[in-house]
Amino acid sequence: MSPRSGASLARTAPVFAALGEDTRLAIVARLCSGGPQSIAHLTEGSDVTRQAVTKHLNVLADAGIVRGVRRGRERMWEIEPKRLDDASRWLEQLSKRWDDALGRLKRYVEGDA
Amino acid sequence: MSTDRIEKKILLRAPRSRVWRAIASPEEFGTWFGAKLEGAFEPGARVLGRITIKGYENVPMEIVIDRVEPEGLFSYRWHPYAVDPKVDYSSEPMTLVEFHLAEVPGGTELTVIESGFDGVPAARRAEAIKMNTGGWEAQLRNIERHVAA
Repeated sequence: MSPRSGASLARTAPVFAALGEDTRLAIVARLCSGGPQSIAHLTEGSDVTRQAVTKHLNVLADAGIVRGVRRGRERMWEIEPKRLDDASRWLEQLSKRWDDALGRLKRYVEGDA
Repeated sequence: MSTDRIEKKILLRAPRSRVWRAIASPEEFGTWFGAKLEGAFEPGARVLGRITIKGYENVPMEIVIDRVEPEGLFSYRWHPYAVDPKVDYSSEPMTLVEFHLAEVPGGTELTVIESGFDGVPAARRAEAIKMNTGGWEAQLRNIERHVAA
């Protein structure tokens, strides 16, 4: 996928905002390493309440990082990998922005020589 | 590649004095960078403005001038890619952007270094995410197995 970098950057910001909280980052890490899980499973062995986990999952879902899938009587939560891939390109995109800016500088200073 | 810095080198076929003016004058900087900036580029000055790049029009931009050494070095600090109006970036550490100028045959060699990403939460998260790539692949296989079962 190669959208214009501007559009991609604009979509990435909410991802970082959603990940900017330790509990949510931990939930994402758990879903990454452990595969799809129910809220009950995600709450196990942690001192975060079920309600809190639900709230965090909803924030992550709004940012497109996770999605809930109904499986029988349970709702399983899983990672939406595409959005995280976009975010991991953050530094690459910044680097690309410098290339663009320096290209404009080059045309600017060489154009009026 | 280091994750703490971005480094770019470019040969500009223009005299060093010309390149310096293009970088160290707020109006000229804004012309090629894509921003409208108000204030003087003096050490310690906080310069405010707005981005003019298509897609980011009117996003506020703020840079804090660090060093101004005529025809040699211009540097400032800022919050890289601080374009989400819902995020308060003010408490986050800034990165340092340096423009180094050197006279070379045929023109001016410009080196741009942006450093300090390790302190920026968004960059740290990008790295954390990158480290997890193996995790996602395993996770995708889990899903595949699950739906195939």
